[in-house]
Amino acid sequence: MDINLTLIGQSFAMLVFVAFCMWKIWPPLLAALEDRQKQIEDGLAAADKGKESLVKAAAEADEIVGEARKQATGILDQAHARANEIVADGKSDGVKERDRQLSAAKAEIEQEANRAREELRGQVSAIAIASAEKILNREIDGKAHDDILGKLAQEL
Amino acid sequence: MAAEGGHGAQTSGEYIQHHLTNLQVCKIESGEWVWNHCAGNFWTINVDTMGWSIFLGLIFVWLFGRAAKKSSSGKPTKFQALVEIVVEFVDGSVKDTFHGKSRVIAPLGLTIFVWVFLMNFMDLIPVDWIPLLAGKVGIPYMKVVPSTDVNITFGMSIAVFFLIIFYTIKNKGVKGFIGELTLHPIAPPTRGAGLIAAPLIIAFNFLLESVALLAKPISLSLRLFGNMFAGELIFILIALLGVYQLPLHFGWALFHLLIVTLQAFIFMMLTIVYLSLASESH
Repeated sequence: MDINLTLIGQSFAMLVFVAFCMWKIWPPLLAALEDRQKQIEDGLAAADKGKESLVKAAAEADEIVGEARKQATGILDQAHARANEIVADGKSDGVKERDRQLSAAKAEIEQEANRAREELRGQVSAIAIASAEKILNREIDGKAHDDILGKLAQEL
Repeated sequence: MAAEGGHGAQTSGEYIQHHLTNLQVCKIESGEWVWNHCAGNFWTINVDTMGWSIFLGLIFVWLFGRAAKKSSSGKPTKFQALVEIVVEFVDGSVKDTFHGKSRVIAPLGLTIFVWVFLMNFMDLIPVDWIPLLAGKVGIPYMKVVPSTDVNITFGMSIAVFFLIIFYTIKNKGVKGFIGELTLHPIAPPTRGAGLIAAPLIIAFNFLLESVALLAKPISLSLRLFGNMFAGELIFILIALLGVYQLPLHFGWALFHLLIVTLQAFIFMMLTIVYLSLASESH
């Protein structure tokens, strides 16, 4: 338990270790700690910022989707209207075409009927003349009454 | 463990005495260095405690130096995280106590805390292991806990003491240092009839303050030495009990674990407080 040289030895050892700690151990460790603190701080701030911009982006996306939906509805409405229009147009075209064909048919029928009538008339007059000839052959001279008969046939 | 130690003839007293004896080498008057006959000789080195102390100091320097070398602000390794916990703890303690700027106080606190902790921790190695091994290779004495040697604790507290004086003089000047020793706690009168009493008051102040100053290193070292020596002695006494020592040893080791850490912390904390007092004007 005597005090001896060990005391001085220990004092020197301590000063050496402390000096080494001051020189090589403490500064890099503390620098690393402070650096990391700063990094974590920055990271947290960046995360906050990211969250904020995410919220903003989500709102923006909602807005865009809403607008697109509105546009789509508009386009759909327009398309419906156009379709209706086309259908209506088609209908009126059809009616017109039907009318045209109908009138054309009617005209043809009439023409045909006229022609038939003309023919018929011709035949009737021929028959009438023939029958009249036959009658007249018996009673009168055909030559004397030919002009009357011709006039008659023309009137018919 | 006394009986197991193979010293059948040893009495309890001898066993205890053996455990408390340092391995010493000293320079005798003829100029020779001799082993273990050194009582009363100042030129003695306690080879065992000194050696363990330096060995543990080197372990501290190696471990923390390696961590410091590899330290990066990125993702730390587990070992670096452990070192950083200790560093942050010391740094926090320093910042709580000392508000100025000092390049010395924090590294000093770290060195003291870890080193004293390692020295104290040697107490938890069963008391017979290392002395027995040393005996096998022919070393007669081996005291493994450096902080149970009063030379070691005094050595550290005297280094702290000189640092206190150095920083007082550095920050307050020689005048300030002398003023601190002589002008407190009673301010001497500077004029009038009281001037006659001034030398007396200064002498009184000096007496008080120098005792207070000297008490710092003495209390610092004796506190650590007393705690560790008593703890070690109780471990030795428990080791004398034979088989019953096991539960007792376990309980005392658990309790001692607290003392080991606490004493290291107290030594560091008081050093920080003393040095911040030396650096701050009050």
